[in-house]
Amino acid sequence: MSLVADLLDGDHRALARVITRIENRAPGYRDMVSELHTHTGDANVIGITGSPGAGKSTLVDKLTAAYRDAGQTVGVLAIDPSSPFTGGSVLGDRIRMQSTATDMDVFVRSMSARGRLGGLSTATADAVKALDAFGKDTIIIETVGAGQNEIDIVKTADTVAVLVPPGSGDDVQMLKAGIFEIGDLFVVNKADLSGADRTVTELREMIRTRSDYTTGDDQPPGRIEPSIEDQTNGWEPSVVETVAKTGEGVDTLIDELDEHLAHLDRSGKREQRTHRRFTEEIATHVREDLRRLSTTEIERKGGLDELASAVQARDTDPYTAVDELLEPIRTCVESRTDRN
Amino acid sequence: MSTDQGRERQTIRCLVAKVGLDGHDRGAHVIARAFRDAGFEVIYSGLHKSPDEIVQAAVQEDVDVLGISILSGAHNTLVPKIISGLEEYGAASDTLVIVGGIVPEEDRAELKELGVAEIFGPGATMEETIEYVREHTEHR
Repeated sequence: MSLVADLLDGDHRALARVITRIENRAPGYRDMVSELHTHTGDANVIGITGSPGAGKSTLVDKLTAAYRDAGQTVGVLAIDPSSPFTGGSVLGDRIRMQSTATDMDVFVRSMSARGRLGGLSTATADAVKALDAFGKDTIIIETVGAGQNEIDIVKTADTVAVLVPPGSGDDVQMLKAGIFEIGDLFVVNKADLSGADRTVTELREMIRTRSDYTTGDDQPPGRIEPSIEDQTNGWEPSVVETVAKTGEGVDTLIDELDEHLAHLDRSGKREQRTHRRFTEEIATHVREDLRRLSTTEIERKGGLDELASAVQARDTDPYTAVDELLEPIRTCVESRTDRN
Repeated sequence: MSTDQGRERQTIRCLVAKVGLDGHDRGAHVIARAFRDAGFEVIYSGLHKSPDEIVQAAVQEDVDVLGISILSGAHNTLVPKIISGLEEYGAASDTLVIVGGIVPEEDRAELKELGVAEIFGPGATMEETIEYVREHTEHR
């Protein structure tokens, strides 16, 4: 039996191996993901992001336990950074996920950035598909919220919760850039610490005044879909207080997450989001594949260095060099256009 | 579109595991760090794990290497449980199991018989261990 067939049959090891293939971009991984695709679309995907030490893993642990109590099966993708120098990493999220240890209906997988640029969100999206096809009811993606890469990852989710630790006035300011726009709800974790009230107030304030700076017609279209939408969409992000360590507030958070998922279904937003996600996914693949094709062509022509030397010697210029490089692709595309 | 299903450089994934009541984790920390600096992806189990928890982590994370650190003398009880757990999930054949810590000479043959690939006792260097792992995970 094939690995994919085993996965669909509920074999844990097959699921683990498929994710490894996906992560390694091992031969045949694309065919696997293609095969999996028809079996996906049933899971609720929740993204949890926030600054390091905000308590993401501990909260994910408690959420997982609560979903299990409700009879759901859960998949968790915990994404950690890797060293830009050695490529190595210590993936430390699993250590916090102890409430459901030995429960095989919880599948936790740690992933590292492996220094790839942008490719991680593709790998994450593919890994989500594997968990979805396996039959997980809820899939949680957990990642440090620190930039475009993470935003791309989290966009794989239906619902995004942003964790904000108390007393992080400056962090809240930082959140404006990027992460703030993608939060469907906000969680002030470690709510038993002093300063929690203030952070809650600040967040509420920000949500209320959001239109001042986050929405507007001059916003670059399609880049990041702001969840913080105007009234017509009928969703105002709530702010939930939790103490992940003790589990306080986790039930409220689950209610809010469910509420948002229900809102997505009611308003038709889920369909829209999914559609947009696939649009972007296809665009990404096209870009990546073209890049790979052009790299092959460049190497066939002696590599970039050779071209650069020619340009440097004034034998040619950058535009002409590129035109010559891309000639085969252009010819192919144009001849097809003629046919139509 | 099967032209570019190629692979990037393989990254070695390992689980550094502490089982049972043994609370001595300095060695585990040091090896986890050395593995990380060698470019491996390291998952550390944390202290006082049951064999079942280690098996679950090794199976789900699909690690190339499972390094079990034991200094309590309970290796004859715990290691067999882990290995039979790996077998149950079909993970024993492609997981390199190594043991680090205090294992008396007379116990070693039996552990290796069970499927432990190598045992690193006091005096084993980081370089040696890393080199061993690199050499023995190539087939994967």
